[in-house]
Amino acid sequence: MEEYVVEMRHITKQFGSYKANNDISLQLGKGEILALLGENGAGKSTLMGMLSGLLQPTEGEILINGQVMKMDNPRDAKKLGIGMVHQHFMLIPAFSVLENIILGDEPTKATKINYKKAALDIKKLAEKYHLDIDINAKVRDITVGMQQRVEIMKALYRQANVFIFDEPTAALTPQEIEQLIKILRALAAEGNSIIFITHKLKEIKEVADRCVVIRMGKVIDTVQVGDTKEETLAEMMVGRKINFAVDKEATDKSETILAINKLNVEAHGLLKVKDLDMTVHSGEIVGVAGVDGNGQSELIEAITGLRKIKKGTVKLKGKELQNLSARKISEAGVGCIPEDRQNVGLILPFTIAENLVLKNYYQKPASQHGLLNYRKINELGRQLIKEFDIRSQGEKEIVGDLSGGNQQKVIVAREISANPDLLIAANPTRGVDIGAIEYIHEKIIEQRNAGRGVLLISFELDEILKLSDRIVVMHEGEIVGEINPKHTSSEELGLMMAGKTPVGQQG
Amino acid sequence: MHTKSLKGLVIPLVSVLAGFIVGAILMLIFGYDPIQNYQNLLIGSLGGIYSIGETLRNMISLILTALGFAVASKAGFFNIGGPGQYLIGWFGAIVFTLKFSYLPAILLIIGALLCGALAGGIWSMIAGILRAYFGTSEVITTIMLNYIILYVVNFAVKSWLASKGSDSSPNIVSKANLNTEFLQHITDNSTFNWGFFIALAVVGLVWFYFNKTKSGFEIQAVGLNESASQYSGISVKKTIIIAMLISGLLAGLGGAIDGLGNYENISVSNNLPNVGYNGMAVALLAAENPIGIVFAALLFSALQIGGLSISVYSNTPSEIVDIVIASIIFFVGIKYAFEIMVKKGWFKGKNKARKGGAK
Repeated sequence: MEEYVVEMRHITKQFGSYKANNDISLQLGKGEILALLGENGAGKSTLMGMLSGLLQPTEGEILINGQVMKMDNPRDAKKLGIGMVHQHFMLIPAFSVLENIILGDEPTKATKINYKKAALDIKKLAEKYHLDIDINAKVRDITVGMQQRVEIMKALYRQANVFIFDEPTAALTPQEIEQLIKILRALAAEGNSIIFITHKLKEIKEVADRCVVIRMGKVIDTVQVGDTKEETLAEMMVGRKINFAVDKEATDKSETILAINKLNVEAHGLLKVKDLDMTVHSGEIVGVAGVDGNGQSELIEAITGLRKIKKGTVKLKGKELQNLSARKISEAGVGCIPEDRQNVGLILPFTIAENLVLKNYYQKPASQHGLLNYRKINELGRQLIKEFDIRSQGEKEIVGDLSGGNQQKVIVAREISANPDLLIAANPTRGVDIGAIEYIHEKIIEQRNAGRGVLLISFELDEILKLSDRIVVMHEGEIVGEINPKHTSSEELGLMMAGKTPVGQQG
Repeated sequence: MHTKSLKGLVIPLVSVLAGFIVGAILMLIFGYDPIQNYQNLLIGSLGGIYSIGETLRNMISLILTALGFAVASKAGFFNIGGPGQYLIGWFGAIVFTLKFSYLPAILLIIGALLCGALAGGIWSMIAGILRAYFGTSEVITTIMLNYIILYVVNFAVKSWLASKGSDSSPNIVSKANLNTEFLQHITDNSTFNWGFFIALAVVGLVWFYFNKTKSGFEIQAVGLNESASQYSGISVKKTIIIAMLISGLLAGLGGAIDGLGNYENISVSNNLPNVGYNGMAVALLAAENPIGIVFAALLFSALQIGGLSISVYSNTPSEIVDIVIASIIFFVGIKYAFEIMVKKGWFKGKNKARKGGAK
């Protein structure tokens, strides 16, 4: 019998009466890259939690190098050579890269930390795996991509030979993703084994050898990636046919919905948006591409009234909006699906119905004479839950108990049902499953087809390319170029996002 | 708004039980009889019409200061200013009654209560404004405001209200007394007064405020998630100030009722009134639920009033009751430990309704 580096046999994990994992088995060979594919809430994180010692299985056993092992905490897993690279990095911003890497495992000479030895060890590892890191930089000053490499280095430094990557590409630019894929291949070539959690099919096709598809806590199938089409993978993951194409009708783009002129916005004393001009017409989706932190958040906050505008004008159908209150702007006809759904878009301990009226609870019919009308609020909630297909136990369910995709649908329902002239959508599908992505995209297109203006900000280039009628690229607070999505590729877009003007730019 | 069902009750009940057990163990260690003492405590607090009257009267200010704390807490603020707001409310009510003693009884009482409540509200609002516009921590400002008002009231009583050589203001006219002859008569001359009914009415109002009004909705939204509230167009600054104003109004009303119904005057004092702090404990035990506050206040009040008789009927020091009270607060404070026990199924049975939200 072939010996696996990791083998999970008939794993079941139960939380109360709910089975998050139901009889899951998987094997990971030496030097293999195994993709773990599933929607949010399918049970991927639970499964990996057990492999990394955070959780203990209710039933079943885990074998490491052919031996049955019991891991009571993450330390046990680390000792066995299992390293986890989390989606949210566990780094200390004020410490240097070197300090972060050795934290908890400092080599000592007498009683002092031997930084020299640590630096040397790390350098060797970095060369071996082509990990480009600057060990003296402070973590707060380095890019997301480098932070991720630091996380990888942390695991390497602890002599891991099994690496678990939890949604590693979520926050990376196309170039950084390419670099990560190279690193993954180098790791595997040296005989390390990798489990790669994702719901992005393209990456699986590119890097993984085999793929385990999980749905609702069960293994649906384990397939050889080379023999399987992306569409098949998607269908296995979601359990039904997926419609990838979008249905964009021809629209009348003659009316100017949003006109931004010479906009300047400051944040923390820095000018984050510089002399920015932009227009969005009726029946048009304008995509803003850019690397995170190039002023996109400040731009949205300025339009929606959450941040003061230093200079410049923002007009909605000719009416000046700059520096009005958030409520006035919303009443004027601006809807916004915010970037951070859990901290900004929703009040998680409130019910679905309450969250659905968050922007109009003070108006009729939700309230009258200062009193809330819960009968009407709940009725409205029921209606929108049905209309927007929010999967829940009813309008009185707490929003925090919903899955990410359904939470996002609550926001989409609230913003779209208000019939805004301009809809701003910031990373509307980040961290939601394929089924919900499809649905949210449909709704955004529907708004466009109905003659409204849509401003789409996204770090997912595929999303921008797929939905937009026009793409503008934002870099360091300025618009550095405009592209027609029909005549561009994600590579070209990636270069522009990094601030490089491409050769032969089209209009 | 999101009334927690059974699970919400388990933790306070276990805390209370654990507090009593700790008290009993201590009594045993020091050679006192816990059963005898707890019996005396029960008799002393609820054993007769007089003791019931005293216990109910003592509940009034506990309820109102607890409600005050709860309102601020729903908006995300830790208002430690209860003692000061209670004191200024008491002072305000006494001053009004002394200065307008010629008014007819009903106007005099309403005026005095309003004056006390408003004084408490404005005092607390200062902390709210500082927080809203300058981000000053309300914990620090309310503590400081407590000390400022303690000495201001002492100074004002001594130099303005009290006659020469005295440390207290004159007593209020009897027509302003909430502890009327009728109530004295039917409660065996206890200090039970009409304020109790006012406090119960306020409990209903606060419940209504949180569950049915726009403004109550805003306060809870801001308390749970400030960024989301701002994004949805709620004026966070205004909401903070309103929450602190209402919080102080309630504590101030508590002081005003005690001033008119219990003390009938105001004296120079070395310490801030304890009731302000006890109100915080009551609110925490009740998990800030207005209805729960009534029951938590009843428990605390019974312990305090009954505790007085422990040392009367036996040689047990009454401090033992303070230990029981402190233990209960302690156990409420470490409710996380209990929550974990509940989750792990230590208390098997009726805690299935884990997700709240019964409305």
